[in-house]
Amino acid sequence: MTTAPTTAPKVQNPNYSEAFQSGVREEMKRNPGIFILGTDLIERGGHFAQVKGIAQEFGHERVKDSPISEAAMVAAGVGAAMYGCHPIVDLNFIDFAFGAMDEILNQAAKIRFMFNGKVPLVIRATSGVALGGAHHCNSLESLFASTPGLSVAVPSTPMDVKGLIKTALRAEDPVIFLMHKKLSGIRGEIADENYFIPFGKAKSIRTGTDAVIISYGYSLVTAQKAAQTLEAEGVSVEIIDLRTLYPLDEQAINDAVKKFGRVVVLDEAPMFGSITAEIAATATERNFSSLKGPIVRVGGARAPISANPAMADAAIPTVASIIKAVKQVMSY
Amino acid sequence: MTIPDKKTSLGLLRQMMVIRDFEETADKLSLRGKVSGGMHNSSGQEAVAVGVLSALAPLDVIATTHRSHHHTLAKGFTSREIMAELFTRSTGISGGRGASMHLGDVTKGHFGGNGIVGAGVGIAMGAALGIQQKGDKKVSVGFIGDGGMNTGRTWEAVNMAVIWKLPLIVVVDNNQYAVETFVGRVTGGGDLAKRAEGFGMKAFNIDGMDVLEVRKYVSEARERALAGEGPSFINALTYRYYGHNVGEKGQYRTQEEIDTWKSTKDPIDHFTAVVIENGYADQAAIDEMRASVRAEIEDAVAFADASPEPDISTIYDDIDSGKLGVQL
Repeated sequence: MTTAPTTAPKVQNPNYSEAFQSGVREEMKRNPGIFILGTDLIERGGHFAQVKGIAQEFGHERVKDSPISEAAMVAAGVGAAMYGCHPIVDLNFIDFAFGAMDEILNQAAKIRFMFNGKVPLVIRATSGVALGGAHHCNSLESLFASTPGLSVAVPSTPMDVKGLIKTALRAEDPVIFLMHKKLSGIRGEIADENYFIPFGKAKSIRTGTDAVIISYGYSLVTAQKAAQTLEAEGVSVEIIDLRTLYPLDEQAINDAVKKFGRVVVLDEAPMFGSITAEIAATATERNFSSLKGPIVRVGGARAPISANPAMADAAIPTVASIIKAVKQVMSY
Repeated sequence: MTIPDKKTSLGLLRQMMVIRDFEETADKLSLRGKVSGGMHNSSGQEAVAVGVLSALAPLDVIATTHRSHHHTLAKGFTSREIMAELFTRSTGISGGRGASMHLGDVTKGHFGGNGIVGAGVGIAMGAALGIQQKGDKKVSVGFIGDGGMNTGRTWEAVNMAVIWKLPLIVVVDNNQYAVETFVGRVTGGGDLAKRAEGFGMKAFNIDGMDVLEVRKYVSEARERALAGEGPSFINALTYRYYGHNVGEKGQYRTQEEIDTWKSTKDPIDHFTAVVIENGYADQAAIDEMRASVRAEIEDAVAFADASPEPDISTIYDDIDSGKLGVQL
């Protein structure tokens, strides 16, 4: 696990998207091979203002508005990356990756293995469950993380967004960069241009003594609320932010399981076949004797996400369901 | 059709002979269990590969299809490294990880064969974007079969190449059968060049059994691309002498049809006659060329057979760089 940087932040209190812009801008200045490709990027700045102003600063050759052709967008990124560029393909919503699944899972992921080439490519998309209904609320992270050749970032703070995108843009691998919808409004410090967060390094975002919650993305916000309530009841909960799902910080997970023995694994993806299943199974295999009792998973329902707000909320973890899970592991 | 100089012409002929001998030999070896997995024979389609690649510069990029031995040989890779790949040996072009369907070496401008129909055109389009971004004077060729004419990703890629004026040449290595499905039975509108024209690009239906015709159209397309005029589409009509996969016969076409193409349109017979007629070679020189090709392919088989298997402990190598996890 890494600690927070000591360097002073350059931009005061940027939001999640501005942190992305900051990291991308710095790397674009340094590497002329970086360009961004996606829909509605030049004027609108993307659906989440994630690249707002970059076209105006770097020109239309380096921020390219594309037609709504997801397969061709990703293929364009893959081929250009193989040729020596470092494209960022912005899909806006990760749900739109379904139109480019062959290009992501079958092409980008496997070229290095077979064809003596590199694919330095970032596929950025906003992800997670929010309002908007079933077609815009898929949680695909376990699919990408389980595909050999792909790496998956799931930053939860402006600091991590910037530190991780900068690392991705210095590397030579296809990276799926997922930014949660419901984190769009968060603000926080970011570090200067020399701060990079390595993939595969989790971070403790709350220290505790009794139990640990391992999670990522927006679920961390819910977890923090649960932890506050539990604190008032005398239960001290540590929270670990995985930050990347592949590579996964197995060391941090091992250490936490051994230290606490009372483990909750949390995310909002459908629990069946999810990252939480992977973590719980692996931890049980490796550190069974350290566990005080079964690891408890808190996750999403194996159900499409409804447009009705109450139904959508009912399909994902809540403060109450997390508190219940922590109490369960505390009961061992 | 203007015939190139003697050296070039004999080079084109020999390259087509290499492909034919390679394919006929590999086919037999595959039936004997020497080739791992499927084997897609391109016999009959030599003029498309040789015509296209002879019109390109060595560093131009290609990305291709599941049937790509001929493109890869014509790109300049050796019979040895391709035969060794068919044998999935460590000396193969893809280190034994690809076999017949996944030949490629990105560092040499070969962006891969492909197990997915149409995917190569998308990658070639991306390479063309990379060329444009870097301001290089190169082109990218995406090979595709007639079977790839009805998958959406092909036309997404074509459209993107048109709107951005990318230096892309789409070559349809049109052997008329998508596995066993005749192109005319599944292609709305029927005329592929017209379909491509609808996207706003120069498009041509040409004789893919005539190496010089293919070479001419690709040379012109390359010039247009280098001049910034954007992509071209070349539908080269050709014929596959064997089944889709090794050992397949099928009832989808008649022996008479196959025999007619072989006896009247064979690209090697046709160009051999052109070469002889033009005084570049006599029958004795042709026989000698054929013998040297035979020796080359025999050597390739011996090389492949003697090559070591890949070390199975390398199954986790080259999946990713490992650099993402390093503190910068």
